[in-house]
Amino acid sequence: MKIVEDFPPILTALDRPNSYIGRSVPRPNLARLTQGRGQYVSDTVLPRMVHVAYARSPYAHARIGKIETALAKKSPGVVAVVTGAELSKVITPWVGVLTHLKGIKSAPQHALPLDRACWQGEAVCAVVAKTRAQAEDAVGLVDIHYEELPAVTDMETALDAQTPVIHPELGDNLTFARSHEAGDVNKGFADADEIVETTFVFGRHTGVTNEPRAIIADWNPGEQRLTVYHGTQAPHMSQNLFAKHLGLAEQQVRVITKDVGGSFGIKVHIYADEMAVVALSKMLNRPVKFVADRIESFVTDIHARDHRVKARIGVKKDGTITAWEIDDLTGIGPYSVYPRTSGIEANQVVNLSAASYTCRNYRAKCRVVFLNKNVMCQYRAVGHPIAVAVTEGLVDLAAAKIGMDPVEIRRRNLIPDDAHPSSAPSGIKFERLSHHATLDQLTKMMKYDSLRAEQERLRKQGIYRGIGFTSFVEITNPSAAFYGVGGARISSQDGATVKLDAQGNISVHTSVTEQGQGAESVMAQVAASAFGVPIERVRVIMGDTDNTPYGGGTWASRGTGIGGEATWQAGKALRGNVLAIAASILQAKPEALDIRNGIVVDKATGNERIGLDEVARIAYFRPDTLPPGFQAEMIATRHYVPREFGFAFTNGAQASYLEVDTDTGFVKLLKHWCVEDCGTIINPQLVDEQVRGGVVQGIGGALFEQCLYDERGQMLNGNMADYLVPMAAELPDIEVAHQVSPTAESELGAKGAGEAGTAGAPGAVMNAINDALRPLGAKPLTDMPFTPDKILRALGRV
Amino acid sequence: MKPAAFAYAKARSLDHAVELLGQHDDDAKLLAGGQSLMASLNMRLSNPSILIDINGIAGLNVIAARNDQVEIGALVRHAQAERSPDIARHAPLIALAMPHIAHPAIRNRGTIGGSLAYADPAAELPACLVALDGEADIAGPQGKRSVKAADFFKGMFETALGPQEILAGIRVPAATGQTRVGFSELARRHGDYAIVGLAASARATGKRLSDVRLVYFGVGTAPTRARNAETAIAADAIDDAVAALAQDIDPPGDLQASGEVKLHLAGVLLRRIAKQLAEPRP
Amino acid sequence: MSGQIHDITLTVNGQEISETVAARVTIADFLRDNLGLTGTRLGCEHGVCGTCTVRIDGVITRGCLVLAVQCAGTRVETIEGVSDTGEIADLQDAFRRRNALQCGFCTPGMLLTAQELLTRAKDSGNVPSREAIREHLSGNYCRCTGYHAIVDAVEAVAQARAGEK
Repeated sequence: MKIVEDFPPILTALDRPNSYIGRSVPRPNLARLTQGRGQYVSDTVLPRMVHVAYARSPYAHARIGKIETALAKKSPGVVAVVTGAELSKVITPWVGVLTHLKGIKSAPQHALPLDRACWQGEAVCAVVAKTRAQAEDAVGLVDIHYEELPAVTDMETALDAQTPVIHPELGDNLTFARSHEAGDVNKGFADADEIVETTFVFGRHTGVTNEPRAIIADWNPGEQRLTVYHGTQAPHMSQNLFAKHLGLAEQQVRVITKDVGGSFGIKVHIYADEMAVVALSKMLNRPVKFVADRIESFVTDIHARDHRVKARIGVKKDGTITAWEIDDLTGIGPYSVYPRTSGIEANQVVNLSAASYTCRNYRAKCRVVFLNKNVMCQYRAVGHPIAVAVTEGLVDLAAAKIGMDPVEIRRRNLIPDDAHPSSAPSGIKFERLSHHATLDQLTKMMKYDSLRAEQERLRKQGIYRGIGFTSFVEITNPSAAFYGVGGARISSQDGATVKLDAQGNISVHTSVTEQGQGAESVMAQVAASAFGVPIERVRVIMGDTDNTPYGGGTWASRGTGIGGEATWQAGKALRGNVLAIAASILQAKPEALDIRNGIVVDKATGNERIGLDEVARIAYFRPDTLPPGFQAEMIATRHYVPREFGFAFTNGAQASYLEVDTDTGFVKLLKHWCVEDCGTIINPQLVDEQVRGGVVQGIGGALFEQCLYDERGQMLNGNMADYLVPMAAELPDIEVAHQVSPTAESELGAKGAGEAGTAGAPGAVMNAINDALRPLGAKPLTDMPFTPDKILRALGRV
Repeated sequence: MKPAAFAYAKARSLDHAVELLGQHDDDAKLLAGGQSLMASLNMRLSNPSILIDINGIAGLNVIAARNDQVEIGALVRHAQAERSPDIARHAPLIALAMPHIAHPAIRNRGTIGGSLAYADPAAELPACLVALDGEADIAGPQGKRSVKAADFFKGMFETALGPQEILAGIRVPAATGQTRVGFSELARRHGDYAIVGLAASARATGKRLSDVRLVYFGVGTAPTRARNAETAIAADAIDDAVAALAQDIDPPGDLQASGEVKLHLAGVLLRRIAKQLAEPRP
Repeated sequence: MSGQIHDITLTVNGQEISETVAARVTIADFLRDNLGLTGTRLGCEHGVCGTCTVRIDGVITRGCLVLAVQCAGTRVETIEGVSDTGEIADLQDAFRRRNALQCGFCTPGMLLTAQELLTRAKDSGNVPSREAIREHLSGNYCRCTGYHAIVDAVEAVAQARAGEK
């Protein structure tokens, strides 16, 4: 076993004795999780708790007629059978739009629809019973009269005049569109020696979190308060929206999030069937639990991707890229998802395409259209895998056209490492990137030259291996520019409270949440380092709106960069507070003291002066012995949000090495490499594992995963036997390494790393497949996932 | 996702199981390993009124080599077969197929009889049984009977088993020095049902092959013999054999691949299997 | 004995348990709902994800594909049981030190599955290759790690138990 070496050397600015910054400290929550003693919402049981199951629409689009519930109500164990009309008296509808996405539109969505089901799987009627099995029994007895309506299922024709409009009041099926032009695109293409044009297709896929969505809502009529146990990434966002749509004050809602069995963006949205749960609890005055089963997950957890991008690139014979043009079309569900909208992914494709390169001649447009399929929204690495695969696919095709090595063309066109601050042709701003350093490190790590030699040698034996690269940027640490400016009450700042207890240990209360990324460890490491105690003396409290500062939560690779900085500042502030107490006890100057390893010491000599337990004892139990007029403060809170840059962009480079069986069209992944630069690394092991997990989710989209629909809008493979997630046997080992370009915006200098793997992997796999098949004259593959069927067709074998 | 209510009865013997089946007509389902049945119950794709659990029936979990045959009881678990020296030695085709079937936890519980009686056209074992020209031993109200493998598999999830009959076990001819077998399948992920697979057996006399049996799975409603290809392989004409597949099989497309691709892949497998058949067994 | 409700007696983590269950209740639901042993988790309930893996009479089995009533008279072991006996303490420690889990939801099933491979490997005197480990774990779904760290941890324990490292 390779335990990651501590890396990088501790940075000067953070160089405190006993620092945990840059060390691979095991996560404190793992002992519990490896014993099966985590506590997920699906495990949680409350007194008088009842379970809900839903009658779901079998049609992609249907008018809802009479709902006959009498038989279901008589079924054993049933507590209530509730329709949309009944529920709408308790909870108000919502519309998923943001003002900064100009022109975005959507229709009101209800917890349960009133008169129309708009996708197959949409919950139409709720059945609440003592057990989930009894609720399911009764669901089978609810008789809903449907009148099937024509379904809009093809994004290419969704805007045609003859296509029905899903929400007639909106005028058309267009959710959102954006155009962007920079530089002189026409001149760029005119100057090109070669122009390559192709269409990239990205299959619709979904997150398949191992624990499905889960929620328990518990309305206490005595307290007039709702407690929600919610498997979410953003408890404060949930709190706000539950309160808003139930007509409560935020104070009346507490959201508790303990362990969450995977999220990846799936659990950061408002789902109608979860809103129904909070409303049902309020209606029934008792706890109501909903755990989506796997079949429900496939037709209701947000889907993502499903983009078709027509793209072209101009290049000179010397490898200079002269122009880019992309045209993105994506089909979402019948509603833009609340509150983040379903326009973001396409918007990101416009922002991020061509973003790593110096060529400024860039024309992009995107259109987002409504379809009668499951809703779509932000899933890990939103937009990145599309923008990166399109850009890097174009670069590789251009390189092939002019006969240039794919690494060489990148070296000639990537933004130089010394050219920052800089910006992308879309206008997004980069503080500091290291494209060339990461690419150089990558080619060294993978022994690029000898790999090429091996590839050449094996080709002569009829073995076709390919090497594919991507360079990419990654959005992390989003400021208010992401959602706040658009009017959504989604916090971009995070808060941390660090508290000294009466034995001299500390607790960190953070608004960041944990779904496995390691936030609990990161916060403990940062607080221990900032305050000056061994990590065993730190306890982290998260996921409870009653007991943590207000903040955004964990999504968009923001936990460490934003929440970590808040914890760092709060830890330092508490150190100041505690040193003031110690100074008054010791009759010393606070600035001459420090806290090291849990002991107050002389800063200059390191000589031990007084233990934290003793400081705490005096502060809490013998404050009478402190000087008159001195008030000891044993708690400190700090908030943090980046202000100067809208996002802390990171960058990286990936490579895939694979073998294509040209007889069967099967792809065997041999190895994958990623070098990324997320600034200061708090815990190298956690960063590496974020990258590895992300790479595999990217590989899933490239090779295996796709939500298949028929023309009537029926999902055809909504189970785990037919929807292919990546499993251990098909995956390669993944080597990860780093460059370190800290952001100057924060003292920690940390950026995020959660999207990097997913951003770059699909493009790298695509480029590797095309590299493998190039000598065979195969038509380049640009339609993910790359199934044996598609590869055999590209080879002309069928 | 919870199953609808059903009753449960544990059969003490084959006769008792037959009797219980008789009491409940079509509404009863036999529960062996349950690795397919339970999933369909959980998804409420099947709603029997009663499950008759045959796991406790003594004597059905035996693997025995006798009278030039290998007998495999219906309740032999996949894992048991996978590690059986008798099967490795006397029924090497089944040993070859075993690691491709699902995953360890499934193989620990799933039974040979259950797999065969379920008759999934994409499953490995039915094709093996046909390729080995084995026989199914069946218990029913009229006593015991045997059915040749070729007559046992009737169609998609359909067998020769009557409503009150139970598959008690199978018998396959024990391999001899002349026996050649081959097995190959193409599955997207390890343990998945294959896009297409091929189980084969033959008799070798020197370099000549006879009694060639090529049985495809995942290409239709039941295990499918490629008879024209068999003739061509016996004549050592591999290209002709591959070409003959177009007459032998007509695979319908599914979520994994089009029929055209399946036919192509069947040809690829045939070339691989032909090499296996040409090699003496170690 | 035939009906929708049954009295069963079985051993769970070394303790004899007698309960009344509906025939349709799976052993996974029985462990979770009747006994509060929630370490056995439900990921797909159709036998694909491996999250509900438990040991019945010493061998790993999908808990969602076996009925509780079928477990009458058997010996059932869960992640809580093997944690408390210390049987897999080294494996748990390797997972912790190698960060071979993120959300932790698949981990109980992953550990029990790995333990079966490790036990068999030890009995046969082999140290499984990375490929063999990947193949053995191929029926257990993990969305977080990409599997690499899990393979590292299992490989390390296999080597340690064989006295190699």
